[in-house]
Amino acid sequence: MNPIVVAAVSLLALINFRLLGGSRLVPIIHGAALQGALLALVGIALRELDTAETALAVGTFLVKGFVLPTLLLRALRQVEIRREIEPLVGYNVSLLVGAAALAIAAMLGGRIAEITTTHEPLMITISLFTMSTGLFLIVARRKAVTQALGYLIFENGIYGLGIAVASGEPLLVEAGILLDLFVAVFVMGIIIFHIQHDFSHIDIDRLVVPDEVPETVREGDPS
Amino acid sequence: MIAAPILLPLILAGLAFVTPSRRLREVWLLGAALGHAAIVALLAVDRPTPSAHAWLGLDDLGLLVLAIVSLLFAGAAVYSVGYLRREPLEPHTDNEEGELFSNEPEAVFVGCFLLFLSTMSLVTLSRHMGLLWVGVEATTLASAPLIYFHRHHRSLEATWKYLLVCSVGIGFALLGNVALVASAAGHESTALDLEGMIKIAPQLNRDWLQASFLLFLVGYGTKMGLAPMHTWLPDAHSESPSPVSALLSGALLNCAFLGILRAYQILDAAGMSELARGPLRAFGLFSMAVGAFFIVRQTDFKRMLAYSSVEHMGVIAFGVGIGGAAIFGSMLHALSHSLAKATLFLVAGNILARYGTKHAEDVRGAVETQQKTAVLWVAGLFAITGMPPFALFLSEFTIVRAAITFQPWLAVLFLILLAVAFIAMMAVGLPMTLGRAPKDISRSSEPASSIWPPIAFITLLLVLGLYIPAPIRELLEGAAGLIGGP
Repeated sequence: MNPIVVAAVSLLALINFRLLGGSRLVPIIHGAALQGALLALVGIALRELDTAETALAVGTFLVKGFVLPTLLLRALRQVEIRREIEPLVGYNVSLLVGAAALAIAAMLGGRIAEITTTHEPLMITISLFTMSTGLFLIVARRKAVTQALGYLIFENGIYGLGIAVASGEPLLVEAGILLDLFVAVFVMGIIIFHIQHDFSHIDIDRLVVPDEVPETVREGDPS
Repeated sequence: MIAAPILLPLILAGLAFVTPSRRLREVWLLGAALGHAAIVALLAVDRPTPSAHAWLGLDDLGLLVLAIVSLLFAGAAVYSVGYLRREPLEPHTDNEEGELFSNEPEAVFVGCFLLFLSTMSLVTLSRHMGLLWVGVEATTLASAPLIYFHRHHRSLEATWKYLLVCSVGIGFALLGNVALVASAAGHESTALDLEGMIKIAPQLNRDWLQASFLLFLVGYGTKMGLAPMHTWLPDAHSESPSPVSALLSGALLNCAFLGILRAYQILDAAGMSELARGPLRAFGLFSMAVGAFFIVRQTDFKRMLAYSSVEHMGVIAFGVGIGGAAIFGSMLHALSHSLAKATLFLVAGNILARYGTKHAEDVRGAVETQQKTAVLWVAGLFAITGMPPFALFLSEFTIVRAAITFQPWLAVLFLILLAVAFIAMMAVGLPMTLGRAPKDISRSSEPASSIWPPIAFITLLLVLGLYIPAPIRELLEGAAGLIGGP
């Protein structure tokens, strides 16, 4: 692996820690976007691609790096939530869990690399770490937006593992997977919008999904 | 021709989204149901010869699930026409918590309903593991808006849970695909093509292959509702409109199981089926236990049916895990469970419409207020709990008999769990039909569209229980033969 790629892959791991330790949602979305875009670039750098495959990798770069984050940022603007309050697992503990996950991923990555002769142990490790980061965010955070982000990060990890161990999936299938991911995040965005929109104006006492109460209602007016 | 079951509903779905008139949308809906059934019948009679490495194709296993999907969709479509006509267009009061809510636009509902049919057909016709994955995830996305038809917070929560849990679950199945490709390193040309994988199965890397099966089992098992990954299922089934519940439980769960069976086929060809059967038995029995446990003292009759689905998915997985003759039993069970559960969900919809509650305790004297529905409900309960002469008796009997020769104590455990579910379902379900009905419940006659689909299903179930016609037997045997049955 050339040093620039190693640096990029290491950056992916650092981004995971940023995602685990942050409470403000906009930077987390930016982090996930950067991660997706980097992964697509690493995919281009690590494999020999023909024209159509390169086109798909560029498509992945655009979708993961720009389209999906834009969808989530839009949902976020509509529901007027800025940060994750009262996560189920605190940020410091989350970082520790991340460190443990990285250690386990490194051990597993080495083992997996042994039975796969051709590919990169580092990439496998980081992909496993990214997947566990995504899964952890889904279970340890309350807000729908953060859970959707967790799903996106989980998918990033799968994509990374695909780069590392599985080459030669047909293009149409990869395009289909990308389309499914796009629609999934799109539908999630709509639901996040409904969670806020439909229940804030009907009856404020029956704002029954307490996880999605906007900050101003939760914390009182700070001024 | 082979793509017609996917394309027809896809095109009509597009039309339904933009059609403003309800009449015309009903034509698209019923047309799709009828057309789809006709195409499937044609395909069944005159099976197109499979070409090597084609992405779409129809074998006995696919045809079995496709036929179930088509049949159930036809019933659900007829039911939906009447259902949608009776749903109020303006905001109305939620009968559980008294808040106001409105419905999703009908065009969106009908469009997604048809998309759902199209994506399920794609799953059954896929001859390529990657395409199969795309199809299964697409079924999730097409059906999520259906669960959120009644726009109140409980259905919203159920939709969110469904979307997230299933998407993550299916993410594991994607990992299964990655592992499968990795197992075939060096045989790139056939990567993920089912036919090709089966052909070269003995040369595949065994570690990767086993890992891929476990990932598929967990991934598609989530969608199939195997415990402990079933958490989305009770909410989604109880909050969605009844025709949607019927399709989710009767058709969708089988599609997810098909994904597991495709992976099983590859493992079987590699001579590793024993490694797959153990986990199938374990997940099967655990699902049966969880299902039976939650049916006991269940207060919500739609949730009861949902947990019964978890239980029966366990039965099907267990049967395949036993192997031998039990595989035929599992195939028959998949077919008959779908018919019985669709009957029950549609009938539960009738009860819910009349009584305005899902609490079993508040429903009394259904025999008095809606006679036909009450009779169907009791018949459905007897069918689903495996009483003769319905077909589920036959399938469960086949599985038990094979289990006794395999491991007697497994058979005993299996029977105990079935008995618990039987007693619990009767204890909740039977009192609903008896007793004195509340005075304010209407006794008007019932609309035909809500009665005939369940009658058709239960009749079919009765016929299958008494005598399985030769073509259906051949289909079931052919399907069982593909996954190592006799």
